[in-house]
Amino acid sequence: MAKSIDVSDLNIYYGDFLAVEGVNMTVKARSVTAFIGPSGCGKSTVLRSLNRMHEVIPGARVEGKVVVDGQSLYDPSVDPVAVRRQIGMVFQRPNPFPTMSIYDNVLAGKKLNAKRMSKSDADALVEKSLRGANLWNEVKDRLGKPGMGLSGGQQQRLCIARAIAVEPDVLLMDEPCSALDPISTSAIEDLIHELKSDYTIVIVTHNMQQAARVSDETGFFNLKATGQPGRLVEFNPTKKMFTNPENEATESYISGRFG
Amino acid sequence: MADLDDKTLTTATTADPDRPPLTRPQLPAAAPYITAAISWGLSGAIALGLGWGIAGWIVVGWAIFLVALPAWSRALEGGRKAVDRMVTILVWTTFAIAMMPLVAVSWTVIERGAPAFSVEFFTSDQSGVIGIGGGVLHAIIGTAIITLVATLISVPIGIMAAVYLVEYGKNNRMSRILTFLVDVMTGIPSIVAGLFALALFTLLLGPLPRLAVGGSIALSVLMIPIVVRSTEEMLKLVPDELREGAYALGVPKWRTITKVVIPTALGGIVTGATLAVARVAGETAPLLLIAGTLRSINTNPFDGGMQTLPVLIFSEATKGAARPEYVVAQLERAWGSALVLIIIVMGLNLLARVVGAYFSPKTGR
Repeated sequence: MAKSIDVSDLNIYYGDFLAVEGVNMTVKARSVTAFIGPSGCGKSTVLRSLNRMHEVIPGARVEGKVVVDGQSLYDPSVDPVAVRRQIGMVFQRPNPFPTMSIYDNVLAGKKLNAKRMSKSDADALVEKSLRGANLWNEVKDRLGKPGMGLSGGQQQRLCIARAIAVEPDVLLMDEPCSALDPISTSAIEDLIHELKSDYTIVIVTHNMQQAARVSDETGFFNLKATGQPGRLVEFNPTKKMFTNPENEATESYISGRFG
Repeated sequence: MADLDDKTLTTATTADPDRPPLTRPQLPAAAPYITAAISWGLSGAIALGLGWGIAGWIVVGWAIFLVALPAWSRALEGGRKAVDRMVTILVWTTFAIAMMPLVAVSWTVIERGAPAFSVEFFTSDQSGVIGIGGGVLHAIIGTAIITLVATLISVPIGIMAAVYLVEYGKNNRMSRILTFLVDVMTGIPSIVAGLFALALFTLLLGPLPRLAVGGSIALSVLMIPIVVRSTEEMLKLVPDELREGAYALGVPKWRTITKVVIPTALGGIVTGATLAVARVAGETAPLLLIAGTLRSINTNPFDGGMQTLPVLIFSEATKGAARPEYVVAQLERAWGSALVLIIIVMGLNLLARVVGAYFSPKTGR
């Protein structure tokens, strides 16, 4: 079920502004890939182009190829809505739907698409997803309460539960822990380890320890120079990246000498 | 480093003109009341001596108060507090001035309108009544039906236009033109909206049409821009993160709008629509032109005219009568109808608050 992603010669634009240039990489199935790099270098932009969320922004467009299991995502005949059903996403700031209960938030992917399911199936899916997101024990007695009433860390795990409830092939995470305390962060990192066996995960993070802890492979993004587009500087297994990086810029970024 | 430590130490221990102490003398909590009593007492003495009326007493007392309290404060508390007290007085004064017409109008309408209220007033119409007697049920029903139909026309159009502007238009040429036209529409005088409906139905039905639904159309011309504007503002308040959250679950755009964006903004949308209803419920001119006047109950908006409360007030207050006591009865009826209208509009405003609170997203804390 988990799928690999091949990216080739990807150029990403906001209107006329070239934000990211010439990205080539292969994200392996059933593994965790981390994107690191300084702010504004296009990590999130690349991530968002992997499930066609980039084009939601007016004027944004993409050149090049993103191939998931042999299917080119930017083929004119591809429906972006169908792509997003297979490639889920968790955002930097938790965004549970404020009008829905915890229960309905988990089922949002099904309910908003008007999928009919029996009460017992729905209950089972909610429990499975919340257990998958390590949230079940904390909320099982108040599933009918609004999702906005949870703490920030719980809301983020609710969003992860919501994303895995639609059973995507790939899960994209855009700095999922940047607004969370160390305990919630650790809960989410444990979760990423567990999810790895079923999903392909791509995570953007500013926290290099986190990248080292959770990921199998790491991509380092950087700007060519100030005012120039961002690019992928190095893409290697995390172990190699953090012990013996190929690129000098990577080494100075990881060791904290710049950025 | 040693210099810095020394400097910190000196500022903390000795009096420095650039660093005033943290404690200052303060006026007692009752100071404003004491000053007010003295100000108006003084003003009263002057007013009695010079033979002024109540207005002079209030204004002079206010002027003394406006000077005295800040002066006292300045002497004791310093300039910033004195300015604060003066501005506080001015703000309260403007608030009181703004409240005056509201209180005066409510008081007059209740005083003169309440005596008209009776069972007959609410249960019968004016058919066959000359001068004294009869009720305004026909006008209450007419106002209800005409505004309801106007709401049914304008709320869907207004909400859909706002959805286009916010979700699809994205500041393109079409949406800019639309926004401009909505702004122009907001400024249309109500009589022009009435003329529009009159002209429309003259074309369709011949000269001088009398049709209640025409009144609804005239009112909806006035309502649509209000609904568009308020809905647009509410939809803009929905964070993009919620839209992206829905898109990321593979939800199509139209379902995102109907199931996520509109429910999140529903409280504000309903409040805006209810306030728009309250705004047009009191319109007179367009209804006078197209819905006309009627002495009996008509419940079919597509068949003939309808009496409404504002038109009833206008006609009862302006028409002549054979005997003087008829004029008194007509004026009383007009005041009573005005009170009914105010009660309806205030009820709608309260309803808007309740409905807005009911639909707004809950945090569950």
